[in-house]
Amino acid sequence: MEIHSADPLFCGVDVGASSTKLVLVDGDREVRGRSIRRSGVDYAATARACLAEALDEAGAEVGQVRRTVSTGYGRRNVDFSDDARTELSCHGVGCYHHFPRAITIVDIGCQDNKIIRLDESGRRVDFKMNRKCAAGTGAFLEEIALRLDIEPDELERLASSTTEVVRLNSFCTVFASTEILAHLRRGEPLAGLIRGAFASVVNRVAEMDRLGGEVVLTGGVVAHNPTTAEIFAEKVDGEVKVPPHPQFTGALGAALTALAQAGQSQEENNA
Amino acid sequence: MSHQKSAIKKIRATGAMREVMGEYFAELDEARKTGSEKIAWCTSVGPAELLRSFGFLVYFPENHGALLGASRMAADLIPAATAAGYSPEICSYLTSDVGSYLSKSTPLTRAFGMESVPKADVLVYNTNQCRDVQDWLGFYEREWGVPMLGVQTPRSVDDLNAAIVGGLIEQHKALIPHLEEISGQGFDIDRLREVMASSHRCTQLWRKVLRLAEHQPSPITFFDATIHMGPAVVLRGDERAERYYEILIAELEGRIADGVGAVDDESLRFYWEGMPVWGKLRDHAEQFAGQRVCVVASTYCNSWIFDALACEDPFEGMARAYTEIFIVRSEEFKQRYMESMVRDYAIDGIIFHDAKTCPNNSNNRYGLPLRLRERIGTPFVVIDGDLNDLRLYSEEQARTQFEALVEQLQEQPV
Repeated sequence: MEIHSADPLFCGVDVGASSTKLVLVDGDREVRGRSIRRSGVDYAATARACLAEALDEAGAEVGQVRRTVSTGYGRRNVDFSDDARTELSCHGVGCYHHFPRAITIVDIGCQDNKIIRLDESGRRVDFKMNRKCAAGTGAFLEEIALRLDIEPDELERLASSTTEVVRLNSFCTVFASTEILAHLRRGEPLAGLIRGAFASVVNRVAEMDRLGGEVVLTGGVVAHNPTTAEIFAEKVDGEVKVPPHPQFTGALGAALTALAQAGQSQEENNA
Repeated sequence: MSHQKSAIKKIRATGAMREVMGEYFAELDEARKTGSEKIAWCTSVGPAELLRSFGFLVYFPENHGALLGASRMAADLIPAATAAGYSPEICSYLTSDVGSYLSKSTPLTRAFGMESVPKADVLVYNTNQCRDVQDWLGFYEREWGVPMLGVQTPRSVDDLNAAIVGGLIEQHKALIPHLEEISGQGFDIDRLREVMASSHRCTQLWRKVLRLAEHQPSPITFFDATIHMGPAVVLRGDERAERYYEILIAELEGRIADGVGAVDDESLRFYWEGMPVWGKLRDHAEQFAGQRVCVVASTYCNSWIFDALACEDPFEGMARAYTEIFIVRSEEFKQRYMESMVRDYAIDGIIFHDAKTCPNNSNNRYGLPLRLRERIGTPFVVIDGDLNDLRLYSEEQARTQFEALVEQLQEQPV
């Protein structure tokens, strides 16, 4: 990638199972542009389209991008990436940028969930991913929206409109959808069922690990359904925080990693 | 299309191992075709020494299970067993082997030119590993109408006390009249002692192979060891296994003398707890080697070390040897064992494989990883998978977790 000496930018791109997120930061760690698109089937093309959009927002040119780090499931498919890091690493870096202290990160994505613990210095000391199962992921909510023939955006409106929770017992996403239909036939309110589905997601995530201290929630599920954060706060003992743009923390972490790598490289050149 | 160069280093002795394994299967195939010798099927940590002392050729269905997994035939064959009433949630060695039999398709054809597995004259199990082995051989008992004999071993044993050993001695002795009748040979305790002495020498050589991995850099990986354990599994008690391990040890000692590691620039050393994911063995070996990680130790490969075979009383030797193994033991024993392995092999991280259809080989399920980390601080990941059924394995999640553990051990805060 061509390098311009003025106003360098550092790019992070998070190619997730559902969405691709891209963030551009400058040398002062300030976000200059961001973009999000459905990942689709051509990850490289989607990432390039995101880059073009983010550059447009930043009023910058591609030549200003000094370094790119990719993350997420499609991290190896980004053809303009200089390095690939796991989402465990990048979510940690992104969250620590907002909350520079010992934190526990809970990322609820479309395909998987992650719990990441950072110490005071931002060093990752532990992580967990969900089991091979869609229960408790964004895919669970997408499946339910599909079965009920409602727009995914409607889920949040319905769940936030009630405090009633209709409890779902099924562990399995497919069976939970069937269970919801059975509840509807019995006349249970749709809003309570959707709030119950949110609670089900939270329960599946909360059982992955013992959560306490300061918990930071990220990922698309929280971004699109803030009520999940509210339910989560009721579930765990610790304090629950949500960073700005929670769906972009992985991409932000990747961009900050790119900036740090460029700095290291510069130091090595100067040495 | 360009291909990336493999990061896996070949072990030259592999050719010698293939010859030994080829001879073993050729003898079984000859007996299958001509009936020249009696064949006993035996579970992998069953009384193979006793069977050999009666002159049986010993066939190990678990070895066939591993071949079905490694050849990736298992996923196509398991449905045949499921359709015959065997749940896809029970041992996938069992289901892939039964599916293989029902589908008349075996990896032995391609590997060793065998048309089918050799039919048993007797089926002998030890439930030290699980109950599934009994149900597995029970399928063939019904199918072929051949006798099935077995030893029932207690599980979750902490103190292998005299009462347990005494009971197992009696169970092994009770096999003798049946084996005399089936083999047509009288029991010969001197012959049993000879077989056990050979088996013990094999086990000591195999231990030496595994212990060479304590060296840094290690001359062998866990993935190599899962292949090279073949003779220790199927030919213990046969001197050809001993000769093979002498060749392998010489090569590995040569690597150590030359400063050559199994993984170039070894930077981290991992422990693999649980079964291999047989169909992904090469992929895993490549990924770890590519990240300069050597998986140097495992529970699985150590399961074929039987110190007690040297016991003065051969029956006590068998009773102890087949029950001392990790899989039979209590959680407390397992924790102590892993602590010592982590120390001995200078382990940086542990991979726990939660094999969906093999609960007894999935030691993450009762809190062991967290207890271990609390005591010795070793980070770990748990991957969801299976020994043979790749439908239960999540490729991307596993790869990401391996990579993330390496990052965690290497990266500095940004």
